[in-house]
Formats: sequence, structure tokens, C-alpha cells
Amino acid sequence: MDFLSDHQPAMLPGNRQLPPTQGVIEAPHGTTIVAVTFPGGVVLAGDRRATMGNVIAQRDIEKVFPADEYSAVGIAGTAGLAVEMVKLFQLELEHFEKVEGAQLSLEGKANRLSTMIRSNLGMAMQGLAVVPLFAGFDVDRGIGRIFSYDVTGGRSQELGYAATGSGSVFARGAMKKLFHDQLTEDEATTLVVQALYDAADDDSATGGPDVARRIYPIVTVITEDGFRRLTDDESSEIARSILERRLQQPDGPRAALL
Amino acid sequence: MSTPFYVSPQQAMADRAEYARKGIARGRSLVVLQFADGIVFVGENPSRALHKFSEIYDRIGFAAAGKYNEYENLRIGGVRYADMRGYTYDRADVTARGLANVYAQTLGTIFSSAAEKPYEVELVVAEVGDTPDGDQIYRLPHDGSIVDEHGSVAVGGNAETISTYLDQRHRDGMTLAEALKLAVQSLSRDTNGSEREIPAERLEVAVLDRTRPQARKFKRIVGRQLSRLLEGENADTSSEESDADDEE
Repeated sequence: MDFLSDHQPAMLPGNRQLPPTQGVIEAPHGTTIVAVTFPGGVVLAGDRRATMGNVIAQRDIEKVFPADEYSAVGIAGTAGLAVEMVKLFQLELEHFEKVEGAQLSLEGKANRLSTMIRSNLGMAMQGLAVVPLFAGFDVDRGIGRIFSYDVTGGRSQELGYAATGSGSVFARGAMKKLFHDQLTEDEATTLVVQALYDAADDDSATGGPDVARRIYPIVTVITEDGFRRLTDDESSEIARSILERRLQQPDGPRAALL
Repeated sequence: MSTPFYVSPQQAMADRAEYARKGIARGRSLVVLQFADGIVFVGENPSRALHKFSEIYDRIGFAAAGKYNEYENLRIGGVRYADMRGYTYDRADVTARGLANVYAQTLGTIFSSAAEKPYEVELVVAEVGDTPDGDQIYRLPHDGSIVDEHGSVAVGGNAETISTYLDQRHRDGMTLAEALKLAVQSLSRDTNGSEREIPAERLEVAVLDRTRPQARKFKRIVGRQLSRLLEGENADTSSEESDADDEE
């Protein structure tokens, strides 16, 4: 240590020169995307709010898209870039399927998304990040699977449930108390809306259900029957039943202490 | 060293055309038929992995007879063209006509250039419309021409015999089962007029079905669904026979 400080002070851990960064790298903002597996499939849902600083830029933006028949992507981050990336991802999956005559494996799809996010790292470091949550039905294994990504494209499979975006911390906390591994499809779709509600409750950049305007979170279900997006009627049904109970218990369902 | 013989361009072209036609005639035949809900492709294909019919885009299907590796190249090129065009502009901007033009150019260039051998392929590009009037079928022979077809078309193998048989029997508005039955019957005809059995396992069948809710209208018909459609026609014929008995 002394020798270094005499001859090469720059090599001391505290003294290393860092490359200049362009301002603060913010966490991808303005979204909560949640996903939950259940026996037979997976649910992927997202809120509808887009923010620019403190202004609500859009109330009904769509952040969850089908990637192909058996998978879907939810995106947090810069809206324009993210939508373009999703379009390209959808095209890539369709193209592979047509040329090869067979669908990519779920792992393969998750991998390709990884590469796409990685190639965006330059822009991400300048503040234009895109961070997805990928969910799909694995036809070989017969289960739903969730993959989360960081801004460099590093992916990891999530077991049970996952969330991404500025409200993900709050959503994850809610899901931690509500999740179990024998949910029915209806319970799973209710769970995600509860989690999004809690995220909207604590994160200004996440929008809750707007009953007056009839703008609800986008809830999608993927099973062996393929991708399905809940209709406005189905989503409003879930939102209403949650809101009724929240009128009595605003913090939502209460978990036992032990 | 002997001097090369002079060959007139006419002769050279005629030779190339002959070469290509022979190659295509060696392959198995396929038929493309319009039916009430769209367009059906039927061909004898014992292979499970190698396909004669493929999806190109939402409403566009591809069928080919002749040399497999040559038409595989063209198929993949077609998928690339369609996907690129749809991504650059919009999905609605991809049409069978545009694709057929690209294929015609490609085939024409290959056929005319003396360096390469002509492709021994004959293609069919079909697009299903919202109504039967909107359906389009284009046949592309080896030399880069395009022929606008209606109702039914046969390519490869003994296409002439099959075409004649089809023309006499095809009508608009058939159900899928009827069209399938007609197709299989026509494919069973050998050049000397006799018939042979083609079991379901040796058939490759695909449809462009306008009634499908998805944007992508192409679908293969295999396994039990295919057997059911083929059997369905047997059930019809047996009921016809019992009616005939009753009348007597």
C-alpha cells in the first residue's frame, strides 16, 4: 500500500480515474411491468402512464406486446426506442419461423432479446435506456417462464414473479405477500392488477386503473393455447372488484403475520 | 484443340428451356385450387421435413416443383423480401404481385445468362383476399415469365394431364373437403390415364384461409385434421351410394 502510494498512487482503489459520464444514469423511469407464473402459463401486465419529468405525457400508452404466439414483452424506458425494438423483435421471431419452418425455443427468443438490449448500451448510457421483461410459454417443458434483463442485456430467469420499471420495488413487495405457486389463471390476473395498483400508489410515474376514463392496465395471459390479451371488459371487471375492496381496505389484502 | 461450335442464340435458348422443362417434369406434381374460404395447396410429398409449400407473408403462400435446393433458395429470398418490405413500409404493402415480379426478374436473369444453368423450378405464388374475387394465383415458369391463373393450376410432373382433369371438374365455392378430394383425385392420375392410391401420409397440404382470425392466414393441414377431411369425402360418397340404392 505504501509502495503504491509512493510510486503509483493511481493504482490505489480509491484513486482510480473513472471515464467521464454524461450526467447521472437514471433508472428506467415511468413504468411498472409485472409478470407472474401459474401452473399452465404466465401473466404479463403493464400500466398505462407515460411521463416526461413531472408531466403525464400519455394516459393510455401500451407497454406490453405479443412477441409471437407464445411469448410477450413488456418494456420500461424510452418509449420510442422500446416500441421500435419490439417491432424488430417481433419481425425477427416471425422471420426465423418462416425461414426455418419451426419456432425458436423460448431460450433462443430470450437470447435474441438480450442481444438487442446489449446493442443499445451506448444510447442507454446517454439516458435512452430500454429494459424489458420477457414472458413466454415453453412448449417443450409445458410451463410459463419469465426473464428479466438489465440495461446491458444481461438476462436472468425469474421464478414465480418479477417486476421491472420505476414502480417495480413496490410491485415486488406486494407480490411477495400475495404469490403462491398454485394460482389459477383468474387469481394470477387479479394478482398482477393488485401489484400494479400498489406500484401506482407509491410511484408517481406509474398509473393506476382509471375507472372514469376506462383505461386499465394491459393484462396478457400466455398458455399452451397461445397469447391472449384481456379485453377491456375483463380488465375492468378485475379492476372494479379490487377497487370495491380497497374502499374498505385501502392498502389492499392483508397478509398474516406468521 | 478443336474450335468451339457456333450455336445460334435461338438454339441455345431452346436447349436451356428444354433442359429446365425436363428437370421440372421429373419432379412430383402439385396443384393449387381456389375454394370457398381461400386457396389450398396439395401435393404428393413423402418427406416430413422438406416442404413444397411455405408461408411467405400474412396472406401469401409459395409452392414449387422441380429441384429442391433451387426452389429453397428462392423461397428464402422471398421471405426476406417480404419481411424487409413489410418492416420498412407496412404489412399491407407486401403483395403477391410484387413478390411475383421479383421472382420473375430473378428467374429471367438466371435463364438468360449463359453462365449459369437455368433453374429447374416452376413456382406458384398465391395471395388470399378478403373475398374470392381478391384471390390471386401467379404461376412462374423457369424462364421468368408470369402467368395469371384462376380457379386451379397444376405444376411439375405430368402437369398437363392433371391440368386438363382439373379444368373440367373445378368449380367456384367448393368446401375444403371437396377441393381436397378433387386435388387428390387429379394427382392420382398417371400419364397413361390410370389411377393410383395416394395415402394421407404421402400428402402435403396447406391452405391460405381468409376466415382465420389471425393476420397470418397460412396453415398446414396434417395428421388427424387431414385424415378427417379426406374421410369426410368418403362418408359423402357412401351416402350417395345408399341414395342410389333407395331409388332403385
